[in-house]
Amino acid sequence: MRWIQSVAREVVGLFVDDGSFAGAILAWIMVCITLLPRVAAGARWAGLALFAGLAAILIESVLRFSRRTK
Amino acid sequence: MVIGLGQLEATRMRTTLVAAFLASLVECVEALTVVLAVGSVRGWPSALAGAAAGLGVLAAIVAAVGPALTRIPLHLVQLVIGAMILLFGLRWLRKAILRAAGLIALHNEAAAFAKEAAELRGAGVARGWDKLAFAATFHITILEGTEVVFIVIALGAGGSGLMLTASLGAVAALLAIVALGFALHRPLARVPENTLKFVVGVLLSAFGTFWVGEGAGIAWPRDDLAIPVLMTAYLAIALCLVPICRRGARAVSTEKVEG
Repeated sequence: MRWIQSVAREVVGLFVDDGSFAGAILAWIMVCITLLPRVAAGARWAGLALFAGLAAILIESVLRFSRRTK
Repeated sequence: MVIGLGQLEATRMRTTLVAAFLASLVECVEALTVVLAVGSVRGWPSALAGAAAGLGVLAAIVAAVGPALTRIPLHLVQLVIGAMILLFGLRWLRKAILRAAGLIALHNEAAAFAKEAAELRGAGVARGWDKLAFAATFHITILEGTEVVFIVIALGAGGSGLMLTASLGAVAALLAIVALGFALHRPLARVPENTLKFVVGVLLSAFGTFWVGEGAGIAWPRDDLAIPVLMTAYLAIALCLVPICRRGARAVSTEKVEG
């Protein structure tokens, strides 16, 4: 059964190695799927807002890691 | 410029095929390293049997999960799979940026092969059927194969026909790696793994963003053409981040040498 635990750990590791990074992505997705269809139904900037948030999360996480290694 | 629906579909299929091939290639290279180490140290019959058994289990998982996905509403699949692929793709992209900048170590297949071989040599000799060899290759095939299965499901869940396209990409990667493994009999240390992860991270992040948007009911300008635009945008951000982080890392190492 140890290999099942190992596979389960590996599967979780596919998505999460930095908890705050994964948490921020999920939180932004939740915000977007909850709010965007209401406030920006059919608006072309809605997709841009989704992307901009995700890009900002990526940039912040990479720069934070970079600063931490200094 | 007017682009036909057939052309859009062909672009989507090509992108899915390339993304599945490249992403699966990375995982297959990692599995091959361990299978080669086990086979060369402990013997090939048990090592190959373990890998074959692992592939059989994975095929059963795909056969069970694949048809079940078609019964779930498409927008829900796109939302859930899109979120998963975003977590997966952005994680790969983040790591590839940090590796390219020299902030974390590159994955070294030759070193992984040597470590695995040394551990197996120290485990004693088996007579006849080698359970250790079987378990080691079964384990690595399941581990890396689960990632390939996820990639195929994630890339194939976006529309009709894409699952087959993504599966073909993964199978092509597996066959390419098996052929190279048979020909070379040593780990594929020259495969530019981080470059592949960088490219796949960009592809998966773009697909994930697009599908989460589709699942949430967001209207993308020019529909599927938003995918290459998202890819370009993620690539540009990643390529800008590498030198910024590298400068930071260089400044740190200079400070450490001077200090």
